[in-house]
Amino acid sequence: MTAQVPTKTTYREAVRVAIREALQRDERVFLMGEDVGRYGGCFAVSKGLLAEFGPERIRDTPLSESAFVGAGIGAALGGVRPIVEIMTVNFSLLALDQIVNNAATILHMSGGQFNIPLVIRMTTGAGRQLAAQHSHSLEGWYAHIPGIKVLAPATIEDARGMLWPALEDPDPVLIFEHGSLYNVEGELAADAGTIDICKAAIRRPGTDVSLITYGGTLARTLQAAEALSSEGINAEVIDLRTLRPLDSETIVASVSKTHRAVIVDEGWRSGSISAEITARIVEQAFYDLDAPVARVCSAEVPMPYAKHLEDAALPQVPAIVASARRLVSGHE
Amino acid sequence: MSEFRMPSLGADMEAGTVVEWRVHPGDTVKRGDIVALVETEKGLIEIEIFADGVIESLVVPEGEKVPVGTLLAVVRDEGKPPPAVKIEPVKAEPRAPAPTEAPPTAMVPPPPAALQRPRVSPLARKRAKELAVDLATVRGTGEGGAITEADVERAAGRTAAGAPAPAAVPPTTAAADRLAAMRKAIAAAMARSKREIPHYYIGTHIDMSQALAWLTEENLRRPVTERLLYSVLLLKAVALAVHEVPEMNGLWIDGAFRPGTGVHVGVAISLRQGGLVAPAIHDVDKMQLNDLMRAMLDLVKRARTGVLRGSEVSDATITVTNLGEQGAETVFGVIYPPQVALVGFGRVIEQPWAADGMIGARPVIAASLAADHRASDGHRGGRFLAAIDRLLQEPEKL
Repeated sequence: MTAQVPTKTTYREAVRVAIREALQRDERVFLMGEDVGRYGGCFAVSKGLLAEFGPERIRDTPLSESAFVGAGIGAALGGVRPIVEIMTVNFSLLALDQIVNNAATILHMSGGQFNIPLVIRMTTGAGRQLAAQHSHSLEGWYAHIPGIKVLAPATIEDARGMLWPALEDPDPVLIFEHGSLYNVEGELAADAGTIDICKAAIRRPGTDVSLITYGGTLARTLQAAEALSSEGINAEVIDLRTLRPLDSETIVASVSKTHRAVIVDEGWRSGSISAEITARIVEQAFYDLDAPVARVCSAEVPMPYAKHLEDAALPQVPAIVASARRLVSGHE
Repeated sequence: MSEFRMPSLGADMEAGTVVEWRVHPGDTVKRGDIVALVETEKGLIEIEIFADGVIESLVVPEGEKVPVGTLLAVVRDEGKPPPAVKIEPVKAEPRAPAPTEAPPTAMVPPPPAALQRPRVSPLARKRAKELAVDLATVRGTGEGGAITEADVERAAGRTAAGAPAPAAVPPTTAAADRLAAMRKAIAAAMARSKREIPHYYIGTHIDMSQALAWLTEENLRRPVTERLLYSVLLLKAVALAVHEVPEMNGLWIDGAFRPGTGVHVGVAISLRQGGLVAPAIHDVDKMQLNDLMRAMLDLVKRARTGVLRGSEVSDATITVTNLGEQGAETVFGVIYPPQVALVGFGRVIEQPWAADGMIGARPVIAASLAADHRASDGHRGGRFLAAIDRLLQEPEKL
């Protein structure tokens, strides 16, 4: 065996490699979505795949999210393993009926006869000056729905390693790729394997406060933890990775150790996944809390287009640092 | 159907022991009836009921110590049949052994006292219980002064290094226990007062010659048993002065002043065995001096024999402390929270007094006001003392 040298890659490349590997590994797997073929994907994730696998397995669809998600459900019922790409979460609202009313319920409605082994990938999040209609972070909404799994790969390893277990899952899995992550560069072990898609990851161990986040805000949360360490505050950073099912065990174990929690979520605060996490902490770790649970979320406004306003609306490092400092030392 | 619960008889009460039930299931009760005798740090208190009805069941047996707010009895509305479901008497949890029993704190604020609850993190509360730390003694360093785990640990370290452990205290008699409990209750209430209430103090000297002369004449006409003491004049004058400066009469709760619904004057009574209580006489402003005198004597007697009523212990809206003839010249009082004012009177002293260009010897009393600066300012406090002075110059109108 030759030594495995980590390769320098990007998040985009890691997603592509994962799709490519799945297509090679299982001939039932195919990719379909808007512009995934000839254009190479709106975010260039599927570039080159049409040439390699042909139009049967890399299928361009009309601009009709409801129709092609429905087709994906039908295909999954028919015994193949579709990866449906919805360009962004914003457009997934057109397919809500297929996802929530069909994909999530058919196993139940058929008395357990028909499961839906469907994977839906989509881009999520703000931060790229795409304004109010193209900047949603609605993965928390989907995490409300029983019958589906909701993944949010925040690292290159997870982008590489989550797709295969998602395809192997007998039920629908939604994967949310934050739009700001595609260009992130990093190293990936040549033998990087698959990921346990039901388990949160401790990205940085700490003792004084748990910073709980996922997806697009992980990097900023890690920066905040770094800044806090220079003040003598040792923060633990949890990357949820999976929003449904939520890994309460890891969250509760961490908060029981640090006694303080800050949840960083790009979603709006009201009725968000951050609210659910707060509730679980209070339900399961109340007597271990030494300070109220704090949240750093997006401002509850339609996402502004102007750069400075968009920055102001999103969770940023100083706000995370200030919240953590307030919980640990009693002042911001 | 209504529920009769262990009342809070003041800021510092955590729990009470039902010593005796004065009613039985099936008895008809009226609002104000005394239904039970309860032992607290302040001694035995007769507890009144606040609803009319028929006692359905007594939930807590005699001899049981239960926290404030615990259901004591169920009262059925009169004329209604008993319910189908029987309420089982609850057994109170077995009492914890003495060393782990947390000392009473001034901080368990059940309604209706509804006092400001201290900010204590759940973890700090748990640790305080484990380490037997009195949260009233802990200074919070968390957000908004919240007490955190670290604060409790610090306090526990301090205690361990300082005072001897409670277990080292030799066994004491029940009376000494009660005295110690009362001392603790006073300590908690007074510490809280000084910690939370920004006191301001003002004082004035009041010429008592008119009042005492009127009193002497009045008493000559009265049989010995009905004679008045000058302290009733002081009480009445304070109660009437409240009408002119109402912000002295009431409670400071949750960051706001709540005016008293009546003028219920707490009378500070020192007990022979040591300690102090300040039970209230209700609606002093509306009482005749005769009735006030009787109420005061009755209150002092019952306070000293140790049986007060719940409403007396918890209802005061302002307190008067009168050092009397043996006392010092001036008193600077500590407000009983959540009240906002305490009026103090020293000993009556004959001293030179200038009036109308003449100097003469007059009986003079030093009146002082300790008031909560959150609820009132010194200017109003001054008007209040001036009103008391003016009222005492016309004793026949009191």
